[in-house]
Amino acid sequence: MLKKLRFILYGAIAITGVLGFAFPYKHPHFWWQKIPVFDAIFGFIGCIILIFFSKWLGHRWLMKDEHYYD
Amino acid sequence: MIDIVPPAFIFLIGALILPIIKHRKVQQAFALMLPVIAFIDLIHMPYGNYWEYNFLGFDLSLGKVDELSMLFAYAFVIISFIGIVYAIHIKECGQHVAAYLYGGSALGVVFAGDLFTLFVFWEIMAVSSVFLVWYQKTKSALEAGFRYILVHLTGGTFLLAGIVIHVTTTGSTELVRFDIHELSAKLILIGFLVNAAVPPLHAWLSDAYPEGTITGSVFMTVFTTKSAVYVLARSFPGVELLVWLGAIMALYGVTYTVIENDIRRLLAYHIISQVGYMVCGVGLGSELAINGASAHAVTNILYKTVLFMGAGAVIHVTGQRKITELYGNNLYKKMPVTLILYMIAAFSISAVPLFNGFISKNMVMAAVGELNRPVIDLMLHLASVGTFLSLSLKLPRGIWFGSQKGPAKITDAKEPPVNMLLAMGLGCLLCFLTGIYPKLLFDLLPYPVQYHPFEAGKVVAIIQLFLLTSAAFWIYIDKLGGEAAISLDTDWFYRNFGRALLRFCNEPLNQIRLQMQTLSSQKMAFLSRLSQNPYVPLEILWHLVQGKTLPFKDSIKRTYSPHTYQLPIGVGIGMSLVFFLIYGLVYLWLA
Repeated sequence: MLKKLRFILYGAIAITGVLGFAFPYKHPHFWWQKIPVFDAIFGFIGCIILIFFSKWLGHRWLMKDEHYYD
Repeated sequence: MIDIVPPAFIFLIGALILPIIKHRKVQQAFALMLPVIAFIDLIHMPYGNYWEYNFLGFDLSLGKVDELSMLFAYAFVIISFIGIVYAIHIKECGQHVAAYLYGGSALGVVFAGDLFTLFVFWEIMAVSSVFLVWYQKTKSALEAGFRYILVHLTGGTFLLAGIVIHVTTTGSTELVRFDIHELSAKLILIGFLVNAAVPPLHAWLSDAYPEGTITGSVFMTVFTTKSAVYVLARSFPGVELLVWLGAIMALYGVTYTVIENDIRRLLAYHIISQVGYMVCGVGLGSELAINGASAHAVTNILYKTVLFMGAGAVIHVTGQRKITELYGNNLYKKMPVTLILYMIAAFSISAVPLFNGFISKNMVMAAVGELNRPVIDLMLHLASVGTFLSLSLKLPRGIWFGSQKGPAKITDAKEPPVNMLLAMGLGCLLCFLTGIYPKLLFDLLPYPVQYHPFEAGKVVAIIQLFLLTSAAFWIYIDKLGGEAAISLDTDWFYRNFGRALLRFCNEPLNQIRLQMQTLSSQKMAFLSRLSQNPYVPLEILWHLVQGKTLPFKDSIKRTYSPHTYQLPIGVGIGMSLVFFLIYGLVYLWLA
C-alpha cells in the first residue's frame, strides 16, 4: 500500500514537472517564476528548512514540560 | 426610510430573549432563526450612511454601509448560522447568549460609522467572548480566560486613548483613514493589532482558543481577528509596517504549528498565520491587495471554522486533545465522515485548486507580484508550504492515522452528533462552491475584480509545491509526530510578570505590611495604656517641667484604680459642703 502510494507520488511529481515546462506563468513578476520547476524545488527545500528550523527552535527554547506553568 | 434594523441589534436583542424562552425546542428554533432574519435584513440594506444619532453632542452612526462592511457582515451572519447548527445540541443557554452577543457586537463593529460606536461594540465583543472560554469550566480555561480578557481590555484602553486624542484634536468622530504619523493613529493601530493577533501581541489567541468550549471556540475563530482585519482595511490601508508584520506573522504561525501537540492550539497558530496574509494585503493597499485581503478573510472564516469543528468533534468524541494521545488509534475507521470534511477544509486553507483558499490566497500573492515585493513573495510562499505541511499532512496523520502496538487507547470513538456533521458539511459546501465558482465571492468584493484565478501555470506550480512538500514530509515523517510538550510564547512574559507581581505582593510587600502593623499596634497599645491612667500624663508633664528623666516604664506599669482616690476626694468635697453649709447659716443669722 505504502509502496504503491510512493510510486504514485513519484509519478505525479514527474508529470507536474513536465507540465511545468508546458505551462509557464503568463505574467511572471519575479525571475524565479520563469523557472519551470521552481515551486517543486522551493516546496522540497522550504519544507525541510521549516521542519528543522522549528524543531531546533522548539528544542532549544520553546518546548517545555507540560506542567511548566503549574 | 427603511423598516430594516441594524443587524447587530437582531443578534443582541435575540441574545436577551433566548434565556426567557423556556421550551427547549422553541429556543433552538429561535436560535437558528436569528441569523436567517439578519441575513434577510442584510439583503434589504442599501449602501449609504444611516441610523445616525446624537450622543453628548457627537454625531454617531450605526450604519456605514458599503461594499467592504457588507462583505464582512454577510460572512459573519452565514458563519453564525453554521456555528449555531454546530452548537445546537448544547443545553446551556448561556453559551448561545454569549455567542450571539459576540456575533452581534462584531456586526456592530463592521457597520460602525464612528469611533465611539466602534469602541463600544469592540468592548462588548471582548467581554462576551470570554464567556465562551469560561463555559469550559476547567481551571486552565478560567485562567486562560482571565489572561484573554486582560489583554483585550489593555488593547481596548490603547484604542480608547487613541480615539480620545483623535477626537479632541480633530473634533471629528468619523471612522476614517488615519494618518499613521499622528500619535492618536498609532494608539488606535495598537488597539487594532491586538485583536488582529499580530506578534508580539498575539499570544492571547493561541492561549485562549484551545481552552474554549468545543462549540464556543468555533465562534471565536471568526469574529475577533476578522473584524480587526476589517477595521485595518478601512483605516490603515497602504501602511508599509503592516506588509512586514503580515509576512512575519504568516511565518511565525507556521513555525509553531510544526512543534505544536495540542490540536486546537495548532489550528490557533494557523489563524495567526492566515491573518498574516490579510494584514499583509491591507498593508500593500492596492485595489487587488485589499480585494485579496477581504476575500481571504471570508474564505478563512469558512474553512477555519470547519477545521475547528473537525478538531472539536474529535475532542468531543474522544475526550483527547493532543496528538500524542490521538495518534495510533486509527480513528479514520471510526470517524471517516469527519475526516473527509476536515480534509476539504484543510485543502481549502492550503490553497489546493478547486477550493476557495486557492482563489483568495493567490489574489494576495498576485498583488505582491504586481507591486514587485520579492522578499514578501518568498516569505508568504514559505508560509504556504508550512500550511500544507501541518494542516494537510501532519495534523490528519496525527489525529486519524497510525497504528500502534498493543491495545488501542481510544475504543469508544464514533462519528459526532449529526448537527455537528451537518454544520461541517455546510461549511465545506461553501468552501467548494466559492472555490469552483469564485464569482460568488468576487461580486461582493470592495473593488471591481479583473483577476483570473485558474491560470494553468499557477495551478501546475502549486501542485508541484504540494507534491514536493509531501515528499519532504515523507522523508522526515518521524520528526513530525507529536511531542508531549508545551511551547512557550510571548504570554510567557505576562504570565511570569503576573506571577512575579503576585510573589512580590505575597512576600516583601506582605512583610512590610506585617512590620508596619506590629509597630503601629505597639504604639497604639502604649497610647491606650497611657490614657487609662489620668495621672500619668500629668506626671510626665511634671517631670518635664522639672527637667527630670521621664518615668515612663514605672508610670505605665502602675495600673490606675479609681478606688484609690475615691475616699480622699470624697472627704474633701464633703468637708467643703459642710463648710459652705455653716457659712450659709452664719450669713443668714447675721443678716
